[in-house]
Amino acid sequence: MEDNQGTLWEVFIQPKAGRPYKHAGSLHAYDKSMAMEAARDLYTRRGEGSALWLVKAEDIVASQPEDMEAFFDPANDKAYRHPTFYTMPEGSKHI
Amino acid sequence: MAHELENEDPIKLAEFQAKIDAEIKIEPKDWMPEAYRQNLIRQISQHAHSEVIGMQPEGNWVSRAPSLRSKKILMAKIQDEAGHGLYLYCAAETLGVSRDQYIQWLHEGKAKYASVFNYPSPTWADMGAIGWLVDGAAIVNQVSLQRTSYGPYARAMVRICMEESFHQRQGYEIMARLMEGSEAQRKMAQDALDRWWWPSLMMFGPHDSDSAHSSQSMKWKIKRESNDDLRQQFIDKTIPQAELIGLKVPDENAKWNAETNHYETSDIDWDEFWNVIKGNGPCNRHRLAHHIKAHKDGEWVRAAAQAFAMKQNNKLKIA
Repeated sequence: MEDNQGTLWEVFIQPKAGRPYKHAGSLHAYDKSMAMEAARDLYTRRGEGSALWLVKAEDIVASQPEDMEAFFDPANDKAYRHPTFYTMPEGSKHI
Repeated sequence: MAHELENEDPIKLAEFQAKIDAEIKIEPKDWMPEAYRQNLIRQISQHAHSEVIGMQPEGNWVSRAPSLRSKKILMAKIQDEAGHGLYLYCAAETLGVSRDQYIQWLHEGKAKYASVFNYPSPTWADMGAIGWLVDGAAIVNQVSLQRTSYGPYARAMVRICMEESFHQRQGYEIMARLMEGSEAQRKMAQDALDRWWWPSLMMFGPHDSDSAHSSQSMKWKIKRESNDDLRQQFIDKTIPQAELIGLKVPDENAKWNAETNHYETSDIDWDEFWNVIKGNGPCNRHRLAHHIKAHKDGEWVRAAAQAFAMKQNNKLKIA
C-alpha cells in the first residue's frame, strides 16, 4: 500500500477577530477533521490565532510567475486609479 | 557538483542572480538553477531531519524529569521540535520532492542530520546543556537564515525563531538552578557543559575554507553569514553566560581579546567532527534505528487514516 502521509493542506490563521486571514504554512492530513486538529497543534500553540482556514493545496488556483508581467500589465498604465494623480486647488483641506 | 552551472541558460542565470542581489525572494514556481534547487533540498531536509532526530535525546528524559513543571516544559519543547521539523519538511516539499522521499533518504543514510544529536544524554543536566548550548547554537544559525533567499525556507525560519528562544532560556535555567544546588549538582552541570561545548561549536560546520557548499551558498544567499562568523557570535554570547553562573568552558585557551572584541578559543578536533559525520559517533546507529522503527510502527495509523478518509469520501458520493 502506498504510504503517502496524506494530502497537503494550506493553513490560514486569523490573528484576531476583524483581521484578514494570513497564510501560515502547510501540513499533511488525511481528512478535514484531522487537518483541523493538526493545524491547531502545529500553528497555534501560543495563541497565534482565533480562527483557522484550511484549503487543500490542490484546490488552490495560483498565477504563474512566468506570465506575471503580461498578466498584471493592464494595471500599469492607469495612474488615474491613484489619488496622487489628481491636482487639488491651492488651499484645499481634508481631501 | 552534479548540476553544473555551465548547463544553465546564461540569461536566466544572470536574471536569477540579479533577483538575489536585489534581495527579492525566490518562490517555489520561479525559475531557479538546478544546483540552487539541489543545494536547498540538501540543506532544508537536513535541517528538518535534525529537528526530528533532536527529539530523541530529550525524549530520553520525559519519564524521569525531576518535577511536574520540568516534565511539562520538556514535553512542550519536544512538541515544538516536532513542529519545527514539519514546517521544514513542508518548505522542502515545495522543491518538488515528496515527504516520503525525504524520509526514505534519511533512512538510507543519503540525507544527514545535525551530528550533535549523535551524542548521548545520560544526566538531567544534559537537558540543560542541550537547551542552552544546542538550541543556542541553532538560534544563532536560524536568526541568520531568516534572511535566506528562498521564500518558504525564510518564512519557516521566522516562525521557528519566534518559538526557539523559550528553548534556550529553559536550558539555561536548568543549568543555573543546578549551579545553585549541591556539590554533586554543580559537578553534574559542569560535566554536561564539558561534554556538549565542543559538539555545539561543531554544529556550525567546518571552517569556511573547508566547507564544500559555502561559497556558492553565500553567493545565492542561501547562507547569509559564514560558518566561522556564526560560531564566533555563539562563543561570544555563551562564555559570559557560563561565567555568570560559575561554569567554565572546557578550553584552557579560551580568553577575551580586547582588541578584536571577541573570545579566542582552541581549534576544534576536526577528526572527531568528520568521524561523527561519517556515522561513527556514540549514538548514530541508535538514532537512525529508532527513527526507522517509529516510522514503521506508525504505518498502520497512516493506513487506517487513509482508509477512513476514502470511506468518508465514498459515503459522500453515494449520498
